Amino acid sequence: MSGHFLFRLLDRSTVIFLVALAAVAVTVPLLNLAVPQSSSLHVPTYVVALFGKYICYAILALSIDLIWGYCGILSLGHGAFFALGGYAMGMYLMRQIGARGVYADPVLPDFMVFLNWKELPVAWYGFEHFAYAAMMVVLVPGVLAFVFGWFAFRSRVTGVYLSIITQAMTYALMLGFFRNNLGFGGNNGLTDFKDVLGFNVQAETTRNVLFALSCLALLLGFLVCRFIVTSKLGKILIAIRDAEARARFLGYRVESYKLFVFTLSACMAGIAGALYVPQVGIINPSEFAPGNSIEPVIWVAVGGRGTLVGAALGAVLVNYAKTYFTSGALAQYWLFALGGLFIAVTLLLPRGIVGTLHHWTALRRGKIAAAAADGVTPARAEPLPAE
Amino acid sequence: MRCSRAWLVALLFGLSLLLGQTATRASTINDAIAHFTADDFDETGAGISEVAASGSPRAAVILQALQNGQLMFSAERKAVYVQDDAGKLWDAVTGDAVGGDPPADLDTVNINNRLRSAIDAALGGLTLLSADPAKRLDAAEAVFKSRQASALPTLEAAFAKEQDGRIKYVLAQARAAIVLTSPDAATADKLAAVEIIRQRGDQDALALLLSLPDGTAVPVMRAANAAIAAIQQRLALWDAVQNAWYGLSLGSVLLLAAIGLAITFGVMGVINMAHGEMVMVGAYVTFLVQNAIRGYAPNLFDYSLAISVPSAFIAAGLIGILIERCIIRFLYGRPLETLLATWGLSLILQQAVRTIFGPNNREVGNPSFMSGAFDVGGITVTYNRLWIICFALAVFVALLGLLRFTRFGLEMRAVTQNRAMAASMGIRTSRIDALTFGLGSGIAGIAGVALSQIDNVSPNLGQGYIIDSFMVVVFGGVGNLWGTFVGAFVLGIANKFLEPYAGAVLGKIAILVLIILFIQKRPRGLFALKGRAVEA
Repeated sequence: MSGHFLFRLLDRSTVIFLVALAAVAVTVPLLNLAVPQSSSLHVPTYVVALFGKYICYAILALSIDLIWGYCGILSLGHGAFFALGGYAMGMYLMRQIGARGVYADPVLPDFMVFLNWKELPVAWYGFEHFAYAAMMVVLVPGVLAFVFGWFAFRSRVTGVYLSIITQAMTYALMLGFFRNNLGFGGNNGLTDFKDVLGFNVQAETTRNVLFALSCLALLLGFLVCRFIVTSKLGKILIAIRDAEARARFLGYRVESYKLFVFTLSACMAGIAGALYVPQVGIINPSEFAPGNSIEPVIWVAVGGRGTLVGAALGAVLVNYAKTYFTSGALAQYWLFALGGLFIAVTLLLPRGIVGTLHHWTALRRGKIAAAAADGVTPARAEPLPAE
Repeated sequence: MRCSRAWLVALLFGLSLLLGQTATRASTINDAIAHFTADDFDETGAGISEVAASGSPRAAVILQALQNGQLMFSAERKAVYVQDDAGKLWDAVTGDAVGGDPPADLDTVNINNRLRSAIDAALGGLTLLSADPAKRLDAAEAVFKSRQASALPTLEAAFAKEQDGRIKYVLAQARAAIVLTSPDAATADKLAAVEIIRQRGDQDALALLLSLPDGTAVPVMRAANAAIAAIQQRLALWDAVQNAWYGLSLGSVLLLAAIGLAITFGVMGVINMAHGEMVMVGAYVTFLVQNAIRGYAPNLFDYSLAISVPSAFIAAGLIGILIERCIIRFLYGRPLETLLATWGLSLILQQAVRTIFGPNNREVGNPSFMSGAFDVGGITVTYNRLWIICFALAVFVALLGLLRFTRFGLEMRAVTQNRAMAASMGIRTSRIDALTFGLGSGIAGIAGVALSQIDNVSPNLGQGYIIDSFMVVVFGGVGNLWGTFVGAFVLGIANKFLEPYAGAVLGKIAILVLIILFIQKRPRGLFALKGRAVEA
């Protein structure tokens, strides 16, 4: 039984992915720390931070793939959960600055002194403890997603309607966080972090550790998602994705299943945000921008919706392309490329890269039915199930 | 002989009177001017009121120079000069050029804020008798606000002379303000003054009544308090009217932006995230049309919008048809993918416009009939807002007519209600889809023409409206234009009524949260389609 289960959990592409990820998690820090700078194999520190960022995006993409690829919920507000997790971490990092700020106030962060506030707002209480902050990283996005999802799924808001109100949610949060008197730094956000758990955020070793931790989080997140989608629960989720009304008539409490994955996915997005902030060094309300929530969806679509490996791969690929484009003379063509990518992937590559590879392999083996277990329906007239 | 002597006496008397008056006039202005040489704020203040009261034709020049810091004095020579921009000195009283070397101790007559407002009031008093009615009106308002008792004689004179009823009204208010604040006016006069101020009924009147000095008589105080309550009530009422007006204005903008979306979303179930960019295209078409007109036929500028509306409709409509044929028709039945593809398209369109026209705002002018404003009661109505409301209603009515009375409208409704049945009745659904998408995009283009008049024409123009438009459509319900109509105006007015209490941003957040809650109650909007179409 357990052998069978493990076999199902760890199929070939999963194993390849996990091994590759573990290799990256070890090699990149090694090449940065152990190899001398003169060597051509040396990885500069900024690249470590950059890759760390990609890994965080991969976790975010994974969380979206879990609900979109396997349950048909297209959330255009996951950037909000990501940013909330980031803010929770940012608040901890702000409290760690202590008296080293520009105004040298032992308790209040600089922007509060600047706004002439006398006391720490209640929302900031407890954030000096890492454990509390870490709890909030998961709890805040989780509770928001639970409440939001409870309302939305219970009244059967589905499809594009759900997408639009998630979009409105992140938009409302963005407007709110831009306000100074909400108490989260206004449009400057939180920045100038000094150290995390006593280690300097800027230090090379810290950056490498953060990178390795991000890889570990991606690995664990991946395993959790993989566990869910290969379990019986995963089968029900796929049933909901493909025929929600039928799943309901068969006696499944569709709302509860949806609410569960939605909340779990929001928690994952929050963790991704929390790992992202110390590596990037800033969190501000523009993370809530509607576009920031739509972009991760295309990462998933590029990599392959309904293939967890594809989501992570898509996030890294698209963001690598973004860095490549925006850092050179091609900067003004990036939006053309991104926009074109949206159109090309939806029109020409509806399965995404990994999904198409799976499909080809399945075709070659003549075992199309086997592909269904991977979350990709067999080739029919319609390539993907309609929502 | 007797007769002639009497004549002579009369003549002499008259002459002496005239001379005497000229003499007193000259002496008062000289005396008044002397105050300026003391280099003391109180003295200067006395000088200002005396110059104003002197009635000298030079008074306005002197006060203006004083205000601009161009009035100079020499304590040694006891003389005051006006210095022009070139630095040349002119005698303050006679207006003659001053020859020879300037005095060694020449210095500016200093003023402070108190004196500055005194000068304003004095100048106001002087222009009360101006030939220009607009200047008289401004001057009367200035006296009302400053309540300088020194202006009272001029005010009385102006009041007696004034022909224009409106200016006379303001003059009466100004006099009432002075009477009310002067300590030695009779109680009856003050009561009459309170009544006049109450009829004025605006913020300034309120401020005046609230600032009555402590020693005011009890009946006057009582009347003033009653008047304050009345004015506050009136102001609250006009505030509500103003908010409703702003709400209507915002609602009409939302209606214009959302109505095209309602068509594509309602009829085709297509989420067009590039809808905002169609609005932007319309705005840039307006810019191009105006540019062409400026270049080739400047006298046609007032017709630029009339030319822009069809141009924008055609341009955006053609782009819409192109989008439908090239992208959207391959994605029917996959609304989430359509959403992503059109989002990508919106990025491309934005960047294309940014590349062609640059990232900055483009200047789009208002034709003469759209600029300016007029007052209705306590609110100001700007012409461009008024025209946009009319325009939005006209577009809405035209669209309703199109759907109701044309063959295209009939076929469109048939496809909305039952695609398969419509197809089997011989309607070419794919053609209808393309035309419908073109229509929705074209209307977005028209909305862009209207928005170019009140918003910045920049590549980001559309983005600001897309979420609001979706909220309107979702709130109003899909597939029903009346839903969009009601949704737009309800959201517009609710937004403007929340703003004064919660601020612009919090008001917007509150609206978004309310819509999210509302969708819980009615997931398919205010005016939901019923029957089998719902699950399709």
